[in-house]
Amino acid sequence: MTVKQQFNRHPLAKYLREERLPHIWCEGCGDGIILNCFVNALNDLNMDIDKLVVVSGIGCIGRIAGYIKCDSFHTTHGRPIALATGIKLANPKLTISVISGDGDLFAIGGNHFIHAARRNMDMTVICSNNFNYGMTGGQFGPTTPLNSYTTTTPYGSIEHPFNLVHLAAAAGAIYVARWTVLHAKELTMSIKKALQKSGFKFIEVISPCPEIFGRRNKLGRAVDIMELYRKISETIHGCDPAKTEITDKRIIVGEFVDIEKPTYDELLQKQFAEVQKELTRG
Amino acid sequence: MRRKKKERRVLTGTHFMNGDVACAEGAIAAGCRFFAGYPITPATEITERMARRLIEVGGTYIQMEDELASMAAIIGASWAGAKSMTATSGPGFSLMQENIGLAVMTETPCIVVDIMRGAPSTGQPTEGAQQDVMQSKWGSHGDYEIIALAPASVQDMFELTIECFNLSETYRSPTFLLADGFTGHLWERVVIPPPEEIKIVERKKPSVPPNEYQPFKPDDDLVPPMASFGEGYRVHVTGLTHDERGYPTTIDPKTQFELVKRLCDKIRKNADKITRTYEFMLEDAEVAIIAYGIPSRASVKAVKDARDSGIKAGLLRLITVWPFPEKQVEELTNHVKAIVVPEMNYGQIVKEVERAAKETPVHFLPKLGGEPHKPSEILKIMRRASKS
Repeated sequence: MTVKQQFNRHPLAKYLREERLPHIWCEGCGDGIILNCFVNALNDLNMDIDKLVVVSGIGCIGRIAGYIKCDSFHTTHGRPIALATGIKLANPKLTISVISGDGDLFAIGGNHFIHAARRNMDMTVICSNNFNYGMTGGQFGPTTPLNSYTTTTPYGSIEHPFNLVHLAAAAGAIYVARWTVLHAKELTMSIKKALQKSGFKFIEVISPCPEIFGRRNKLGRAVDIMELYRKISETIHGCDPAKTEITDKRIIVGEFVDIEKPTYDELLQKQFAEVQKELTRG
Repeated sequence: MRRKKKERRVLTGTHFMNGDVACAEGAIAAGCRFFAGYPITPATEITERMARRLIEVGGTYIQMEDELASMAAIIGASWAGAKSMTATSGPGFSLMQENIGLAVMTETPCIVVDIMRGAPSTGQPTEGAQQDVMQSKWGSHGDYEIIALAPASVQDMFELTIECFNLSETYRSPTFLLADGFTGHLWERVVIPPPEEIKIVERKKPSVPPNEYQPFKPDDDLVPPMASFGEGYRVHVTGLTHDERGYPTTIDPKTQFELVKRLCDKIRKNADKITRTYEFMLEDAEVAIIAYGIPSRASVKAVKDARDSGIKAGLLRLITVWPFPEKQVEELTNHVKAIVVPEMNYGQIVKEVERAAKETPVHFLPKLGGEPHKPSEILKIMRRASKS
């Protein structure tokens, strides 16, 4: 590497598999910002990258695991949390982050999400919520707002969407936050906080999909969607997750849950110690 | 009397156990330290035993929300460095097929025990069968080869589980213990040897530093050395078609061809080392039974009875079902004039036998309904076969 190349190298490049760039995401997609915030959080925390594992599922954001230069697994559709559970329990010293999309985590993978939250499995789950299946060309999903147009709701969606933060809180997550990609600083802060807490942490990131969801629903260009986020988002920390439903008039962002609870692994270690004590006594 | 720590890993001694429990003990003896499962008849005793026993040896048991999750979890655990296993029956095996494909594609050593029951669908939960044999070969989408062993006794449940782990670690392939529900629920004497007499194989580790390591670059045996997560190798693993670095290259025909070919060839080209059969009175046999699992036991009696009545009978028991022991069947056709295949299904392995036997007539004896073959039934068809 020449001095000039060294000088021009982005300070966060060491966290990325540079040979895999440019990434596959469309112009104006929010997933790049999520990647940016994630590696910034790693950098701020001076994380031991050799002890970090990023697990993702299928969908646009699913490709993120292949861009971060750490041990990473790009799983089958919907299964990143279940696979991450095995990684964590087989080597509890590893820090696990699952980064995936709304369809992957809450439609096909919904069952794994609620059960990992219930068990308080130690992992940080970041959901890029772009309100549709972008990778397959824009079908409706579990977060698509009522009346929205997608390729499979040509007359408007008649399904009520999930409120992801409410679902996460009800299922037992110990840290729950929501930001839009406009809130890059706050999102980075949340990721840092989550990576330092033990237990099941959930961060929803509202992410623009101007090329696919945006186009069909006449949301304008990426900057217009960012402007919309600026206009309608409101930070209410500690807001009751039940009252954070996303509408076209308001997106409540902030940290909604921040509690402590024994993790699955902590309880397991405790039980292990008790069993071993009992066995050696005998 | 409680056991001392060392003894808890391998329960050396003579026991009266059921097949499922012996399987769990085999797994622990083989070094299995992670088990994810979901209750299902007739495999539940394996999960129950693992729940009680793994914690004693410092391993982890978790009951997952379904079989999709169980299969995913054992893949994750394997990449974190643990020998891992799950156990199920037909309905759960169906759910696992998705991530069995992922384990094949990502070359993840892991064990799936399928205690087969009557099917399709919910079928006969408490009755043994051999109806998942073709599913175990072809259940997940795409071209791939698989390793599957078929136990026929409680002793086998212990020993072949260990062999499953050894093969899985050697070839970096998901490996199946394909037992019928009768063998799973059978109670028999089991002799567990001392630990030093049990052969244990560990996966190959990289011999180069992280900057030189290509996680999917094979050695001469077509199997790549495997780094675990957390060892500093910073491996990327994907179910997408990938190059030797592990990076997705989904539209390159050459990468897809080479990867799929290697995934198949690492089993096909090593088939001679993998496949095992047991021969009983075959030397001068004119009529041979080919059987696996519990029907092979009725077959032993049928062979003896046939010999008593003047028929030169013998048995080829398939210990390895996949890869199918083609050579052994082909060799058999050199000196037998007929083959009899008793199976607890409506025709699965018999098709493979027919393919390998070519001109030699194959007589099929299906068994459905949840009871094993009687020796007399097999003898009857052998009589017919000897006259043909």
